[in-house]
Amino acid sequence: MSAMEAKARVTPARHTSLGLSDQDVLDMYYYIALARALDERMWVLQRAGKAMFVISGPGHEGCQVAAVWPMDRTRDWLVPFYRSIAACLVKGMSPTDLLLGLFARANDPSSGGRQMPGHYGHPGVKILSTSSPVGTQYPHAAGIAYAAKIRKTGEVTMTAIGEGGTSQGDVHEALNWAGVYKLPIIFVVENNAYAISVPLHKQVAGGSVAARATGYGFPGVVADGSDVLECYRVAKEAYDRAKRGDGPTLLEFKVPRLGSHSSDDQQERYRTKEEIEADRTRDPLRVFGAYLDGVGLLTEAKRTDVAARIKREIDEATDAADRAPSPDPASAARYVFFEKD
Amino acid sequence: MPELTYREALRTTLIEEMDRDRAVVLLGEDIGLYQGTFRVTADLLDRYGPTRVIDTPISELGFVGAAVGMAMLGLRPVVEVMTWNFALLALDQIVNNAAKVRYFSGGQVDVPLVMRGPNGAGVQLSAQHSQSLEALFGHFPGLYVVAPATPAEARGLLRTAIRGKDPVIFLENAALYGLKGEVPNGAFALPFGQAEVARAGRDVTIVAYSRMLHVALTAADRLAAEGIQAEVINLRSLRPLDIGTVAGSVARTHRAVVVQEQWRPYGAAAEIAASIYEQAFDELDAPVERVTGADAPMPYARNLELLAVPHEDDIVRAVKKTLYAS
Ligand SMILES: Cc1ncc(C[n+]2csc(CCOP(=O)(O)OP(=O)(O)O)c2C)c(N)n1
Ligand SMILES: [Mg+2]
Repeated sequence: MSAMEAKARVTPARHTSLGLSDQDVLDMYYYIALARALDERMWVLQRAGKAMFVISGPGHEGCQVAAVWPMDRTRDWLVPFYRSIAACLVKGMSPTDLLLGLFARANDPSSGGRQMPGHYGHPGVKILSTSSPVGTQYPHAAGIAYAAKIRKTGEVTMTAIGEGGTSQGDVHEALNWAGVYKLPIIFVVENNAYAISVPLHKQVAGGSVAARATGYGFPGVVADGSDVLECYRVAKEAYDRAKRGDGPTLLEFKVPRLGSHSSDDQQERYRTKEEIEADRTRDPLRVFGAYLDGVGLLTEAKRTDVAARIKREIDEATDAADRAPSPDPASAARYVFFEKD
Repeated sequence: MPELTYREALRTTLIEEMDRDRAVVLLGEDIGLYQGTFRVTADLLDRYGPTRVIDTPISELGFVGAAVGMAMLGLRPVVEVMTWNFALLALDQIVNNAAKVRYFSGGQVDVPLVMRGPNGAGVQLSAQHSQSLEALFGHFPGLYVVAPATPAEARGLLRTAIRGKDPVIFLENAALYGLKGEVPNGAFALPFGQAEVARAGRDVTIVAYSRMLHVALTAADRLAAEGIQAEVINLRSLRPLDIGTVAGSVARTHRAVVVQEQWRPYGAAAEIAASIYEQAFDELDAPVERVTGADAPMPYARNLELLAVPHEDDIVRAVKKTLYAS
């Protein structure tokens, strides 16, 4: 039993004191488990030759679900990155939406089969398409937050990145901008301690991304990404702060990286077996499941139920996405400029 | 002459130059422990240590700028970009700085900087990993732009690049890393601005470089089966451009097809075709044809991607057009 599991047993109603109902936390668990199962399915499909490339977020799901949870899913904006499967599911994309992108189908809501998998976008649910060069989403998000502020819409923007991506100038320029204009924005950094093979200490001088926020005039908060409720607590505070007009917050979630960087990578090339194993004990799905079990919410029957529901949903999504047609060759030259109908 | 892959030719040349000159240092993302995305820097961290094989943070603008500084102070940095697409984040350092330091120092300061990595389309890498950026870099005075198509050229041009005194844009191609070929030993080097006749022929000149050279050679084989003898010119270097070799060929064949992977407007083929008109207008029996990629960002979906890059069919068709045959 991990320390956290032990703690969970002695402070049973933690979620209640955070204002979360039993149903809330069960729903959060469902999304974490759904994201994980979808992630695993993507890899199976890639290995079976159904997709050229997969990049996903095992280990990152807990903090993502917690971070998006306080948001208004229809009004607020999410500017995700390639690990944001769980965040996009909570925000309103369906498993089918995500798999349509993996298969590059004509009705892929992100890009109609134009962009690589993992670059999620869905204007209908206010998710803005992501770009491959890391860091470019941060200034976009600052711009969206700026627009919301001057239009007084009350919308909050959340964006996310890995710790490696924070080495880009774009990120620092966006943080500065958001600080100068006190924008209603939450900057999430999902710190899995690696950028492909490059470890944290070669990437982030000083070792803390959160500490940098102070220099830009707003709070930077660190939370353990395996502790879903703690992630929720800091995310809710950041959200309320943005809503009140008190400006940005940077949230640094320390997460395990439970898989290779992408389907083009084998992490065994640069990580020890011991370290990879140690990361598994920090799996948010396990840790949160143990918490819910400890407070009597996730019985064995309930767990089996959720797993069965998720399997059914993902099977259906896989079939639907697989059946969907590829982009029409006649459309190859489209979407470059505005088209009058 | 040993047979090496394009990748091995690059790697062994890096080793030879690093052994020869301690000023040569390597910088890039995941080039050390990880050995490079395409394994061009395999084992080099072990050989030379972390002060000469530098795993950088993900900050292209920062490390290219730092490399410009190192180069001004007499080091010979060789920067690996994971793909040339990510060099766009460093464009100010390349264009406004690396390319102009010599000029603005009245010729006093050298910038012996080499930037290398894969350029152009791969397989399903989509628009932000697939761009062919040679026309962009070729536009700026102060930058050499080379594009080796074979393992021997990879070695010969890389050596010249590393031993030079000016910034070099060294364009590799992901599809070529595994290509095998004979590579001369010793201090073999190829001068910039010297094209080669990769295949002799009397009926038409096909001008190509990098991966498109191989597509052009396959097209030439097919044309030969139909009795059309194409001469294929491998440019190797885009700036300087060896228009002499191209015009010499056109003087023999009187027809020209120029092949490039990138978009047609303002592309490399436009420059090459215009230079042919300037140097060999009177020799031409037909307008110069251009074979280019489709005028859209590179799509991810495989069926669309195949429509977006030039194929040998397109070259065959263009050749026949110059011959007024169909
Ligand atoms: C500008 C740019 N340079 C390089 C890359 C290649 N690349 C893709 S993901 C990645 C690592 C990112 O690490 P991090 O930000 O920590 O996120 P993680 O993948 O660990 O979640 C790199 C180097 C890129 N996409 N964009
Ligand atoms: Mg990381």
